[in-house]
Amino acid sequence: MRKCRRCTKPATLHITEIRDGEVQALHLCESCAQDYLSNVDVGETVDEEDVAFGTQADEDVDEVFEGADDLKCENCGITFKQFRSQGRLGCPNDYIVFRERLLPLLESIHGETQHVGKCPQHTPDASRKQYELIRLRNDLRSAVESESYEDAARLRDEIQALENQLGIESGEE
Amino acid sequence: MDLETLTVTSGEWLRGTGPDSDIVVSSRIRLARNLAQFPFPPQADDGTRMEIEQVLRRRVESLSCTGRLGYISVDSLDQLDRQFLVERQLISREHAETHGPRGVGIGSEENVSLMINEEDHLRIQVLRSGYSLDECWNDINRIDDALEEHVTYAFSEEFGYLTSCPTNCGTGIRASVMLHLPALVLTKEIQKVFQALQKISLAVRGLYGEGSQAMGDFYQISNQVTLGQSEDQIISKLKEVVPNIIAYERRVRKALVKENRQRLHDQVSRAFGILQSAQTITSEETMHLLSSVRMGINLGLVEGIEIPTVNELFIHTQPAHLQKLRHEMLESAERNVARAAYLRQRLARQEPHEN
Repeated sequence: MRKCRRCTKPATLHITEIRDGEVQALHLCESCAQDYLSNVDVGETVDEEDVAFGTQADEDVDEVFEGADDLKCENCGITFKQFRSQGRLGCPNDYIVFRERLLPLLESIHGETQHVGKCPQHTPDASRKQYELIRLRNDLRSAVESESYEDAARLRDEIQALENQLGIESGEE
Repeated sequence: MDLETLTVTSGEWLRGTGPDSDIVVSSRIRLARNLAQFPFPPQADDGTRMEIEQVLRRRVESLSCTGRLGYISVDSLDQLDRQFLVERQLISREHAETHGPRGVGIGSEENVSLMINEEDHLRIQVLRSGYSLDECWNDINRIDDALEEHVTYAFSEEFGYLTSCPTNCGTGIRASVMLHLPALVLTKEIQKVFQALQKISLAVRGLYGEGSQAMGDFYQISNQVTLGQSEDQIISKLKEVVPNIIAYERRVRKALVKENRQRLHDQVSRAFGILQSAQTITSEETMHLLSSVRMGINLGLVEGIEIPTVNELFIHTQPAHLQKLRHEMLESAERNVARAAYLRQRLARQEPHEN
C-alpha cells in the first residue's frame, strides 16, 4: 500500500503530471490531494532547486508545500530552506517544527516514520509503556510475516496485558 | 592519552582473531546521540560547542564500563595527528576536518571511541576483531545506558533519537562489518554482491567509510535504514547477509586454487616479493599487494608472516602513520621511499613456500 507523500496516511489518489515531457507520479491521501489540487495551477512549472535530498518524493512535497520553505525554528533560527540546502537540522526542536515536511522525507529515506527501537530509561513510565506497545506490535508484525506463530501468540498476550495496564480498548487489526 | 604510544602499538580490532577473521577483519557499531538542550554541532557556535564538550567529556571520563578512557582534544591537534586518528579508525574524517571545540575518548585497547561534537554531540563507536556484531551491540548498549543515566538525550517517541541528519534518526545505529574480498574482486563477482546488497538497502563503503575508495579489497557493509526497525532487526538483517558473502568469497578462493593454483601462488609470492624488496612504493600499491599476501596466508600459499602483521601493515603504511613513525613530515615521494624501507624492515625475506 503506497503512503501519502505529505502525511503518510494511505494514498488514495494517484495523480500523474506531465512536466517538460517528464511523467511524474504523485501519491496523496484524499485530504492532501484536495489541498494540492486547490493550490497548484495545472501546467505550472517548479523551479529547480539545489537540494540535499533530491528525491522524487521530495519534489512531490515541494509542490504540496510551496511557500513553506520559510518555516523557521525559533529555537535555533534555521529555516526549512536552510536545512534543505545544507542537509543538516539545527536542533532537536526542528523535528517538531518541520514535522509535516520531514515525514515524507523520512518515509523516502527509511521507508518508515515511526521509531520502534530502544528508548531512554529517563522516559516517563506511561510513555515508555506506550512505546513498548509500538515495539511489540512491530515485533508481532515481523513474527507473523516470518510465520513464527509461537512468538506471535506470546507477543499477542504481552500486547493484551500492556493494553489492559494502559486501559486501551483492544481492537483486532 | 599519548599519541606516540599509539604509533608503535596496534588496535585490538586488528589482531586478526575472532570468528571468520580470514574474511571479516572487524565488526563495528556506532550510535549517534545528542543532548536535548543544545543545538546540533553544525549549528552551534564555538561557545556552545565548548559547553557541550565540557558536559560530555566529564561523562565520558567517568564511565566505568569501558575501562580507563584517554581523552584527546581534537581541536588542539595538528593536521597530521588528526589524520593519524582517522587512519586508526578512532575518529571520522568529518571529525578531523570540522572546526571548533571537539574531542574523543579512546579506550586503552582502541575498541571504544566516543567522539564529541562530530556531526552529532556524541558518536559512540565500538570495534571488535572478526565477526562479532552481537558483542559490539552488548558493549555499546551498556555504554549508552551508562551515559544516559546522567544526561538527557534528544528523543521523541515518534522519531526516536534525534540526530543532526535525518538519515540517522530513530535508532541512530550504524552497524558494519569490514570484509576482505580479494577473490570476488579478482573474478569481478563483487558487482553481483553490490547489486544484491543495494536491493536490500545495505550500504557498501571503502576502508575509511563514506566516500572512501575500497583500497586493498576491503569493503564495509552497513545498514542504511535507522528508523522504523529495532536495533535487533537492523543487526539481524546484516547477520542474514554477511555469512553468505563470507561463503561466496571462500568458494571463489577455493575455485581459484583448484583451477590454477600455480598462477595464484605465483601472484601472491610476487606480491610478497615486491613488498620485501621495493625501494619506493605508493600507499595504493602497498594496499593492493598486501591484499594478495593476506589472501595467500589464508590459503596456505605464503609462510613466514601472520595475519595480524599484515593487518597492522595496512594501517602503519598509511601516510600519517608513516610520518609519525619516522618523527618527520615527508613529501609524497619521500613517503614512498620511507614506506618501502619500513616494509623491507618488517618483512624480512623468507624462502618461498614449496608446492
